[in-house]
Amino acid sequence: MDNLLSVITLIPAVAALVLALFLRGDDAAAQMNAKWTALFATTATFVISLFVLIRFDPANTGFQMLESYAWIFGLQYKMGVDGISVLFVMLTTFLMPLVILSCWDVTVRVKEYMIAFLMLECLMLGVFCALDLVLFYLFFEAGLIPMFLIIGIWGGKERIYAAFKFFLYTFLGSVLMLVAMIAMYFQAGTTDIVALLNHSFASDTIAVAGFQIVGGVQTLLWLAFFASFAVKMPMWPVHTWLPDAHVQAPTAGSVVLAAILLKMGGYGFLRFSLPMFPVASELLAPLIFWMSAIAIVYTSLVALAQTDMKKLIAYSSVAHMGYVTMGIFAANQQGIDGAIFQMLSHGFISGALFLCVGVIYDRMHTREIDAYGGLVNRMPAYALVFMFFTMANVGLPGTSGFVGEFLTLTGIFQVNTWVALVATSGVILSAAYALWLYRRVVFGDLIKEALKTITDMTRREKAVFAPLIAATLILGIYPSLVTDIIGPSVKTLVTDYQAALSVADATQVAQNAESVGP
Amino acid sequence: MTQADFNTVLPEFVLAIYAMGALMFGVYTTKDKAAPVILWVTSGLMLALALYIGVRGDNARDAFGGMFIDDPFARFAKVMILTSGAAVMLMSEDYMQRRGLLRFEFPILIVLATVGMMVMVSAADLMTLYMGLELQSLSLYVIAALRRDSPKSTEAGLKYFVLGALSSGLLLYGASLTYGFAGTTQFAGILAVLKDGEVPLGLLFGLVFMLSGMAFKVSAAPFHMWTPDVYEGSPTPVTAFFATAPKVAAMCLIARVIYDAFGSIPGDWGQVLAALSVASMFLGAVAAIGQKDIKRLMAYSSIAHMGFALMGLAAGTAQGVQAMMIYMAIYVTMNVGTFAFIMAMERDGRPVTDIAALNHYAKREPGKALAMLVLMFSLAGVPPMLGFFGKFGVLQAAVDADMVWLALAGAVASVIGAYYYLRIVFFMYFGKENDGIDTNMGAVQWVMLMGVAVIMVVGIANLFGIEPVAAMAAEALVR
Repeated sequence: MDNLLSVITLIPAVAALVLALFLRGDDAAAQMNAKWTALFATTATFVISLFVLIRFDPANTGFQMLESYAWIFGLQYKMGVDGISVLFVMLTTFLMPLVILSCWDVTVRVKEYMIAFLMLECLMLGVFCALDLVLFYLFFEAGLIPMFLIIGIWGGKERIYAAFKFFLYTFLGSVLMLVAMIAMYFQAGTTDIVALLNHSFASDTIAVAGFQIVGGVQTLLWLAFFASFAVKMPMWPVHTWLPDAHVQAPTAGSVVLAAILLKMGGYGFLRFSLPMFPVASELLAPLIFWMSAIAIVYTSLVALAQTDMKKLIAYSSVAHMGYVTMGIFAANQQGIDGAIFQMLSHGFISGALFLCVGVIYDRMHTREIDAYGGLVNRMPAYALVFMFFTMANVGLPGTSGFVGEFLTLTGIFQVNTWVALVATSGVILSAAYALWLYRRVVFGDLIKEALKTITDMTRREKAVFAPLIAATLILGIYPSLVTDIIGPSVKTLVTDYQAALSVADATQVAQNAESVGP
Repeated sequence: MTQADFNTVLPEFVLAIYAMGALMFGVYTTKDKAAPVILWVTSGLMLALALYIGVRGDNARDAFGGMFIDDPFARFAKVMILTSGAAVMLMSEDYMQRRGLLRFEFPILIVLATVGMMVMVSAADLMTLYMGLELQSLSLYVIAALRRDSPKSTEAGLKYFVLGALSSGLLLYGASLTYGFAGTTQFAGILAVLKDGEVPLGLLFGLVFMLSGMAFKVSAAPFHMWTPDVYEGSPTPVTAFFATAPKVAAMCLIARVIYDAFGSIPGDWGQVLAALSVASMFLGAVAAIGQKDIKRLMAYSSIAHMGFALMGLAAGTAQGVQAMMIYMAIYVTMNVGTFAFIMAMERDGRPVTDIAALNHYAKREPGKALAMLVLMFSLAGVPPMLGFFGKFGVLQAAVDADMVWLALAGAVASVIGAYYYLRIVFFMYFGKENDGIDTNMGAVQWVMLMGVAVIMVVGIANLFGIEPVAAMAAEALVR
């Protein structure tokens, strides 16, 4: 099969269409049918995506499994994966069946709920596979619509505000990116990402409205892309939509948001900012470093002060994404390997943490930390699972969280020791807020009346957590599984990046010599 | 006047004769009882003519000594005008019938306006331009006030008339200046004078006045003041008509004038159009936020959309004209679908236009709500709906013409604008329970709403092949 990527992208969409057109009624039977259809479709997608992984050749650093068809306005429908994107595809297909399974107890507008998640999966896969600028933008942006509806319809009390904030924040960043994309098309004459990766954009200093822009066109384009990805990621100080969105979103929505949607920002940096605008990346890397370092420390401190469990985990997500941006722009093998690793591992861990909150929220209908305490007495299995993921979140060696943090910190240490120092303090802070949360929720005596009848996890809930625990452990103990796949592509990326920089430096020196000369 | 001349204007001629015949028929026979028949026959005739024009061949011909031109550009515009006019008329029948508004004059006035619009887009002379424009405008003034017993409708008609007359005055003044300095009313002659050497200052004044007059017709800011009141006051089917065909005609008229008559000085009109474009996009986006009436909201929405279409023209390239044509085609389609829904909004048999009435609508009518959701996201320009590709086209044209600032402004405006479209989705899907509305649709309205929603999604595959046709139209204009 030559169009494997299109197949996995379209299966969820087809399933959504089938649900929309053929499923009638809203009784219990119809709801079960909707859930089973969604589960079947996402599982099938996962199984088929395994073939992508099998057929993927890590040694080949170019794009593989390419498909390309002509489209409108001189664009093309082009799909393909390389070492950087293939694991994000796997992450998405792996998590989606679990997400569907986790919302088995939803009874409000189940059919629409399932359709929204299926469409979301289709669009997320499209983002990671698209090899045409506008096609990428299409998937990237369209993902807002199902998420907007998921938060707005199935969310908590303040859902309207959160949904609007989420949509408009992300939309503003994205349209700036669209203009940059059109400008790139204008400069390079193509929207093909493969061709653009080999195109070097001008980096001579230019003047815009009287301001000297060092790095020229590259800087402007870089900033436009940054506007989009920094919001999506999210980076401090444009992270404020995330806690709202997370708190108000239903559990499954939070899981998808934290585990996959946030990764689009990091993927964007790796796919566009770093390789296409190397001079600007080099120039603006210190900005990213310090923003990341501030994010790690500041949001960790904010997390300490939270009274709402989901909000706490949301802030911890922002802190962990700080390691990712830092690692990416360190622009060395360890840094980027670590960033990708951290993104994958955060996908499992934060997803699992939101599921943990979901488990007790389903029983008690509150996310206030003060409403809990002493859960270990009645929920031993839950206490174990929650502890495991708390430890993974802290970055305990042996879990995947450790590898990501360690690699990114190694990467940044080679580039900027001070930033590394500040960022490392985040490791301690994360231990503080995570363990404190755990203590307040799980340990102590079970004194609250309402908690005295709480039940432990059901078999279905355990089934959701089992694969996540396995993945976190396996990646923690044997990280080469990931680094072997991403390594060669990252290496090429780093080499090309350095080469582009030295070329730019050489021309700069030559120009200076000319202007100084006779 | 030879046979070749008449052959060239055949569609306009047929429609004009038909309008008079139908008027006679209406007056002398059964009066309003014949209205549905006239309406259906008229729509059929318009669709047939659209088909005829569409397959007519691709050469450019002129008639009456170069006062009238029939080229691919005009044909593309005419097909849009005729089909959208027919579509609006067909979906109005149910609404008009139930409210006793279906007079036989309604389809006939629409036909006359359509003839005017067809003449406008084919104009190759200032006289032809003005004749077409006035025929269109006079018919529109009358149908704006169609509901004689409603003060709002009458007010709408009067307001439209007074401001329309002002704009015609501006246009005429500009035309007279142009004639005075160029010595001819023919577009080709004006172009020759401009190409000859020094550009007389009077011609520039003429150009600016004419552009102002035409900006009134497309309701571009700052000449937009009539739009919200007229949209709100007119009966909904009339509003639907205002939002579609006349906008296409006026936009194409601007393109016609700037390229055929002033094509050698793109720098001069480019600035004016860019200013109009930015003002319209922002005014449309910002002013719509506070609106509670869906028809007023659609008025501001159309102002913003005209801003985007003008962006294509401001680029001053064939690519820009092509993007504008595609934008207008998509815009008209979206509006037909949206107004099909607005027409059906009612409570206890009375039309409702309050947005808050849509509260919790998705719960009761999931199918129609989904169609509206698609339309709203498409109007907002969110991918993957077709509306995004309209915006993409004009942004691309602006960037290619080295007007990045204009594209950036458009991008920002589209984010602001997204808010109010989202608000409609918000009411439909997240709103609180209230007494709500009925939307019992006639078959035609249902087909239009659902059809357009499907088009918005399916169209992204290849835009239904209008891209090369629009390119041909644009190349015919920009030589």
